[in-house]
Amino acid sequence: MASSHGTPPVFNNKVISWIDHRLPIFSYIEKEYHTFPTPRNFNYFWNFGAIATVMLVLMIATGIVLATNYTPHVLMAFDAVERIDRDVPQGWLIRDLHMNGASFFFIAVYIHIFRGMYYGSYKAPRELLWILGVVIFLLMMATAFMGYVLPWGQMSFWGATVITNLFSAIPVVGESIVIWLWGGFAVDNPTLNRFFALHYLLPFIIVAVVALHVVALHVHGSNNPTGIDPKGPQDTVPFHPYYTMKDGFGVMVFLIVFAAFVFFAPDYLGHPDNYIPADPLVTPAHIVPEWYFLPFYAILRAIPDKLGGVLAMFGAIAVLFILPWLDTSRVRSCTFRPIYKWFMMFLVVDVIVLGICGSKPAEGFWVPLSQLATLYYFAHFLVLLPILGKIERPLPLPPSIADAVLKKKAV
Amino acid sequence: MVATGALGAVGAAAVAWPFINNLNPAADTLALSTIEVNVTPIAVGQAVTVKWRGKPVFIRHRTEAEIKEAEAVPMSQLPDPETDNKRVTDTAKKVRPEWLIMIGVCTHLGCVPLGNKAGDPKGEYGGWFCPCHGSSYDTSGRIRKGPAPKNLVVPEYLFTSDALVRIG
Ligand code: HEM
Ligand code: FES
Repeated sequence: MASSHGTPPVFNNKVISWIDHRLPIFSYIEKEYHTFPTPRNFNYFWNFGAIATVMLVLMIATGIVLATNYTPHVLMAFDAVERIDRDVPQGWLIRDLHMNGASFFFIAVYIHIFRGMYYGSYKAPRELLWILGVVIFLLMMATAFMGYVLPWGQMSFWGATVITNLFSAIPVVGESIVIWLWGGFAVDNPTLNRFFALHYLLPFIIVAVVALHVVALHVHGSNNPTGIDPKGPQDTVPFHPYYTMKDGFGVMVFLIVFAAFVFFAPDYLGHPDNYIPADPLVTPAHIVPEWYFLPFYAILRAIPDKLGGVLAMFGAIAVLFILPWLDTSRVRSCTFRPIYKWFMMFLVVDVIVLGICGSKPAEGFWVPLSQLATLYYFAHFLVLLPILGKIERPLPLPPSIADAVLKKKAV
Repeated sequence: MVATGALGAVGAAAVAWPFINNLNPAADTLALSTIEVNVTPIAVGQAVTVKWRGKPVFIRHRTEAEIKEAEAVPMSQLPDPETDNKRVTDTAKKVRPEWLIMIGVCTHLGCVPLGNKAGDPKGEYGGWFCPCHGSSYDTSGRIRKGPAPKNLVVPEYLFTSDALVRIG
């Protein structure tokens, strides 16, 4: 990332140049976020990294404020959250921002992941960048899961019970692991207490991994909708003002939709049962996780065997780690992959179907449907991807990004 | 070099252990709690749920028909073979087929199965049904269908008299 672009910046301000001579943070910002050469042809899918970053900051800010009024104790947690909603000045707003913020953080990240898959951003030399992204996704899931336990409602309690029990499927040591996770013989006060500690910690670990993700990104720069590398200055524009403005615009539009939920439908994405205090003796008739976990939950339930279900669920994420090596095609972007393009869209449909299955009771026609969708999910990664790369004939690639952009304009 | 490395690894493990073990149940949590339940108010065909170690415990006063049904099941039909007789024996080795006492936690992922209250669905085998992912248990609390791998767990219990049972 170092010498490829520009001479070291000269700062007119004396203080800035004094600091920069000793700690080159201003040079760094200048190089990585101002002059940084960025492909000129980004579409709006490229907004979602910036949007996800904004959501992460928002989650940390609202979370710290919530924590000042929250008590991680089984006898007090539910009431503490109700008090935040009713009595604490603007507590309702902070909580609704945090609650819906988690959902919108996942929306942004899911679109971001789709972008990476559709345009082949995981391929060489961006494999580690992709893997760091999957690590962030996993950490987010752990964080959101533990956060959802904190209000100590019925869904909190039973979600925590079912998810921690997944580990009991591990042969031999499973039971001991679950007791270790709980710190007792059931989900109880020790569990709530440690989940709060970890829920506070993990977002900061996410920040650290995001930093690595960005460092890796800036080594080879961003991919782009054509999937071909920039060949010279005619293919790029400086990051600022071009993409600071475009990202800023995308963030605004996203936040408008987000605000509509926060102010007009704050509980739409949640589950009413979580406003019933946790009761260890009664399981709600129909327990479901938060919407962003539904596809994985459907995969868990699709396999009629405890260990098998758990393995399939974790496997659904594990395949993402090895995606760069499962895809044998040398062409990055689906724009030039006439067959894979459709399979990619079909995968999106498949994941949505899984999500719907996950939200329904595990009975009747939903069971075979979720099994079929699970089978297709794995077939996509483990069978279709490796084979397609060999048999598909890609469309001719444009000679350069500039060519692709200008030709499109001319037509 | 190798020796230093090995010593370092042992040292690191020794330091890590207290951190890991710290998350295990504390002494007060472990202190084996027991509860005593008076079963006289439970009529034949009824069941109650009591709380023990943070978990529900089912106490069912079984009918003749339920006992017969449970005893008649051939072992070959059970995913987790166990005789009914064994499941209704207390720690003093006394068999009381009318009293079935189990931890009411589904062995799949820990939900509380339905079937204790009048009007609850009891599943295809007339015992309990777990709504979370659809496991069915028979009148002996043995798993018959669904993703749960094991029978509902029978805790240690002792009838100190015909009316009183001590669980734990
Ligand atoms: C990656 C970022 C984060 C995610 C995805 C996340 C997610 C969640 C979720 C889903 C809930 C449950 C909301 C509800 O239904 O009420 C929650 C609650 C909570 N979170 Fe976070 N969180 C994040 C960061 C943080 C941070 C940094 C803190 C700082 C301590 C925090 C503190 C809390 C507190 C105190 C609650 C309980 C109050 C409530 O339920 O509204 N969170 N979180
Ligand atoms: S927890 Fe009972 S079937 Fe899954």
